[in-house]
Amino acid sequence: MNTPALSPAPTPTFPDPVAEAKISAKNVSVFYGAKRAIDDVSIDIPKSYVTAFIGPSGCGKSTFLRSLNRMNDTIAGARVEGEILLDGEDIYRSGMDVVQLRARVGMVFQKPNPFPKSIYDNIAYGPKIHGITGSKSELDGIVETSLQRAGLWDEVKDRLSDSGTALSGGQQQRLCIARAIAVDPEVILMDEPCSALDPIATARIEELIDELRGRYAIVIVTHSMQQAARVSQRTAFFHIGKIVEYGTTSDIFTNPREERTKDYITGRYG
Amino acid sequence: MSPAILLLLAFGLGLVGWLAARSRAWAFRRAAPKGRIHSLPGFHAWYVALWIAVPALLFALTWNALSPNLVTTSVLADPAASVLPAFGFERDSMLAEARSVATGAAPAVFNVDAQGLVAPYRAAILRYEIIGLVATLVIAFAGGVFAFLRLKPDFTARTRVERAVMSLLLVASLVAILTTLGIIVSLVFETARFFSMVSPIDFLFGTHWAPDPMSSGTPDGKQFGAIPLFWGTIYIGAIIAMIVAIPLGLMSAIYLTQYATNGVRKVMKPLLEILAGVPTVVYGYFAALTVAPAVRDFAQAIGISSASTESAVAAGLVMGVMIIPFVSSMADDSIAAVPQALRDGSLAMGATKAETISKVLVPAALPGIVAGVMLAISRAIGETMIVVMAAGASANLTANPFQSMTTVTFQIVAMLTGEGSFDHPATLSAFALGMVLFLVTLTLNFIALRVVKRYREAYE
Repeated sequence: MNTPALSPAPTPTFPDPVAEAKISAKNVSVFYGAKRAIDDVSIDIPKSYVTAFIGPSGCGKSTFLRSLNRMNDTIAGARVEGEILLDGEDIYRSGMDVVQLRARVGMVFQKPNPFPKSIYDNIAYGPKIHGITGSKSELDGIVETSLQRAGLWDEVKDRLSDSGTALSGGQQQRLCIARAIAVDPEVILMDEPCSALDPIATARIEELIDELRGRYAIVIVTHSMQQAARVSQRTAFFHIGKIVEYGTTSDIFTNPREERTKDYITGRYG
Repeated sequence: MSPAILLLLAFGLGLVGWLAARSRAWAFRRAAPKGRIHSLPGFHAWYVALWIAVPALLFALTWNALSPNLVTTSVLADPAASVLPAFGFERDSMLAEARSVATGAAPAVFNVDAQGLVAPYRAAILRYEIIGLVATLVIAFAGGVFAFLRLKPDFTARTRVERAVMSLLLVASLVAILTTLGIIVSLVFETARFFSMVSPIDFLFGTHWAPDPMSSGTPDGKQFGAIPLFWGTIYIGAIIAMIVAIPLGLMSAIYLTQYATNGVRKVMKPLLEILAGVPTVVYGYFAALTVAPAVRDFAQAIGISSASTESAVAAGLVMGVMIIPFVSSMADDSIAAVPQALRDGSLAMGATKAETISKVLVPAALPGIVAGVMLAISRAIGETMIVVMAAGASANLTANPFQSMTTVTFQIVAMLTGEGSFDHPATLSAFALGMVLFLVTLTLNFIALRVVKRYREAYE
């Protein structure tokens, strides 16, 4: 395969207002020690769409996702260069309040990770630590709304005091989504949220992502190209730390410009 | 037949069997197609060696235990035994004397009547030694021949040796268990003797402790009220020591697992664990010579004139420091065992590090931390040296931490090393105290293990 010097993928311009950029990454590189995991990536993530990151294992898509809410800070030796703007504000500037940032940019992980607390306390955790609400009744309201938005309310409303870890895997993942929603974030990052789930639970999460679209900017990392095609409106294809191609999901899957994108989505490698 | 000679004999024969079996197995191997036999020659060798040494040693041990009785029986059957009194202390001492002369342990008899028994003893001992030796040799030989004849190219020596290894390991673990059982049994007997003299009610609920090891006649149950000792033990070991150890241990565990860089952790964790390696007697004189006077001066400075040099606080503080490693290493392990995913989950919600630790990590690790604390308490209340040196001997029932107090362990030492005779209730009370202590620490350990077991299931 001939690899021409990669011209930076032209950032598509979207005329429609919901596609207005929520997060803009400019020339971002991420290093783990001396290893460069992300190499000069620029991308605009729209406000009211679902954006999918696809690419073979180890291509850096999860690393890039974690740099969007500075979760890479928790890894010793991780370093970010370049600019990531959230509503025009650089999240890596000195004096940035990381705690506040993560309240605005929530995250759902690969493996469901409910706290070993009751279902209620799992949801109430965020609102409590951020002081979003003082009164018990308001907190009850937040818990109910969050669970409803995550499509879990009907299944758990009678057992809110049961442990979150007693739920099934799919329910746990929806609990984690509800937990993220409870602090009323602007962006939700999802790192392969369905990789530990069975097909039925996966379908349920995908439906949920579709329902949440428009209310939050959603970024999802996925290994499944079908999933990216089903839930996202924008898709970025990562390969060896770079974005090879970024565009509307339908373009990427039906009419890719780059040879490597085509090879990947047709299953020739990755 | 001395045990050393027996051992040498068994090992010597075993070695012969080992070599013979190995060369036989090598012969199989050379003859076998493709040079393959079921087990390597070494396993054949061990199989035969075990069959020689183990039964022979078992027999020799049994024989050594039985033969003195057989010797005595045969001596008593001798006509010379007619000089012995029919029963009683004198008869036993004459027999013992004759035996020691016969074995060469004593130069001559003290009681001339016993002189006549020396020759029969000598004869009987020699006879049974020869019988024992011959039987041991026969058994070793029989075992060896039996095992050797079973060797074949497809003999499963490897599996059988494996089984022998398992029994060896089983025996090793049984030794510890049987010792524990033995300790319990001996405690139970002496405790029962004590309670036949002093009522358990007086002992467990009485508030006055002043046993007099020199008193005679019917013991006064009112002297044996152990409540002040229990209180002193709990006050020093479970209250003062824990007030020191729990916060310090927990906080150092949190620092080491969550904040310290790898380099710092590598240095600090072993340093902290050195505390556990300091001999308790060293803690004891640190408590008695350094901490106790400082505590007394401090108490007097703030106006507590009753403060004594030996105080519960001094002992408790030092004991607390001593058990910090117990609390911190259990807490460290259980905090480190909380999945990284939970930590990430909390941080990703916008929680700070401290919030994550106090609201997610510590609650998730709590069962492990509680178990560590329980083990630490059971260690603290069983601790002796520090209280012997720093807490004092007077059985005061008081909540004033600056007063002298005594503990169960201290009184066990005091009672057993006192001048009282061994069947005096004051001495026997040590066993009852030991029994109570044993039951309490056993219960604490048991609860701790249950808690740890439950916590293993908490997040999966």
